Amino acid sequence: MTSLLQVRDLTVQLKIGADLREVLTTVNLEIAAGEAMGLVGESGSGKSMTAKAIARLLPDGATVSGSITFDGVDVLALSGADLRAHRAQVAVVFQDPRAHINPVRRIDDFMGESLRILSDVSKEEASRRAADALEEVGIDNPAKRLRQYPHELSGGMLQRVMIATALLSEPRLLLADECTTALDVTTQAEVMAIMDELRRDRGLSMLFITHDLELAGAVCDRTCVMYAGQVVETRAASVLHGDPLHPYSAALVDARPDINSTADRLLAIPGRPLSAFEAPSGCRFAPRCGYSTDDCTSHEQEWLELAGGQVRCGRAAELRGTLRGGAHV
Amino acid sequence: MSDEPVLVVSGLRKVFGAQVAVDDVNFELLPGKSIAIVGESGSGKTTVARMIVGLERPTAGTITACGRDRSKPARNGAERKSRGREVQIVFQDPYSSLDPRMSGAALVDEVLRVHHGGDPEQRGRRVSELAGLVGLDERQMNALPRALSGGQRQRVAIARALATDPRVLILDESVAALDVSIQAQVLNVLADIRDQRGISYVLISHDLAVVRQLTEEALVMQRGVVVEQGPTADLLDHPKHPYTQLLRASVPGPGWKPQRMRERLLGAEVPAS
Repeated sequence: MTSLLQVRDLTVQLKIGADLREVLTTVNLEIAAGEAMGLVGESGSGKSMTAKAIARLLPDGATVSGSITFDGVDVLALSGADLRAHRAQVAVVFQDPRAHINPVRRIDDFMGESLRILSDVSKEEASRRAADALEEVGIDNPAKRLRQYPHELSGGMLQRVMIATALLSEPRLLLADECTTALDVTTQAEVMAIMDELRRDRGLSMLFITHDLELAGAVCDRTCVMYAGQVVETRAASVLHGDPLHPYSAALVDARPDINSTADRLLAIPGRPLSAFEAPSGCRFAPRCGYSTDDCTSHEQEWLELAGGQVRCGRAAELRGTLRGGAHV
Repeated sequence: MSDEPVLVVSGLRKVFGAQVAVDDVNFELLPGKSIAIVGESGSGKTTVARMIVGLERPTAGTITACGRDRSKPARNGAERKSRGREVQIVFQDPYSSLDPRMSGAALVDEVLRVHHGGDPEQRGRRVSELAGLVGLDERQMNALPRALSGGQRQRVAIARALATDPRVLILDESVAALDVSIQAQVLNVLADIRDQRGISYVLISHDLAVVRQLTEEALVMQRGVVVEQGPTADLLDHPKHPYTQLLRASVPGPGWKPQRMRERLLGAEVPAS
């Protein structure tokens, strides 16, 4: 498979006051045309920053090194009209639709805006396409919805409007940032089903950001696990749950309560998740890892090929199959 | 430990204007046991919690905690305080439920002073004891909430709720906003506290895996009505009501594929939200 998106050694620092704080460290990521890639991790692990870097939406003052290549084009060098064209190819759907829609404008205006800016279509044509897009995401009576304001729609409905809007510019990559997290579970299943259908119909690639390893496993081809600004494991989603390579992936799987049985005690991971800038040198997970040795804390871990995936843990091959989650803390 | 229920809710109903938010909720909670109220947004589960703790007044029905009725407003300050000692609540968002200008230790101390009095030394010992129970060290207890992580703040909120030595603790989505690894820690802390103190929990949650982990009994609410009620394990393994089946089938797991289940299982019964 040829890859549509290639992220190589991406390191990002943000300007916080007078300091530069690192949020991503040498992130490697590749998404093939038509592939769905899950991006899983806890708060501060750098999931959203990775998506923002790909869409070129990082805040002012951010320093970026490494490379991002989309369809052969160097994304980090784009500006002006080329950058606008890139953002049409790479659509983003965020977690909270209400925070990303103008509350005083009708759905029609909101959906048509990007279309009119990008391809200079008439207002009528934009409305017609918007109505079609709403129908595609399973919204009845689109003409009525287009005349409504955001506050008149429920969260699930509004998120479907956001997905329809993202697809209007006919993107080739969809960045979905926790886009179902705020929804009820039955609505989440519904929205996921719609996204899955649309994605397959159009051969769209997707980067699906979530904290829910099981959800990523269910809808993605491969899953990337991030910790403290680094990707620690990339595997086929179908095997990650049962055969994790990195101790952190294993610990994440085991920390989740199981809907099918009650554990005496959950295998919690001691300590708390770290951000890249506060992480120790050597393996960043080492202080919370039950398998860490002196070597882990004294050496940067390399990005290794193993079992059809990649992992950032020197002991992965030796530990494979024996990993248990955290400790009974 | 007696077998008298610590909390009895019967025929509980709440109407807001023309909207029936909660209709005919009944359950009993024994000491050291936990019950879950499961449902999606708008199901009325949080309204039930707010009525039990006294933040909403029921339209009809009774709530009895530790043998005393609490469905009418308290007549005086003393009664209000005694109600506070019986039932406490931990809210979902630890970022908005703590006073940003008070350290964890000061927050817990305030509750102790109001409810139990005692001299500063006694209260200090009690604060350390509670901090130990929820797994916070002295430095963390003396820090302002902004210096703490979400999980640490939620532990402060739990310590504060436990300071009155309540018989019933209401957990209103209290672990929902936490990271997976922290959520496991807090769930373990809650299980320990129940074992050590014989306290009872009412867990308000949409997360069925958390419900399975922490409770023995559960009731499922849909648009204000309890559609199914029973032992948690039975209810999750063999859901009987179509809505419980839909909830259960919507949880991702190995082999799960998202489907437009709402239409398939319920037809037009549930309006697409």
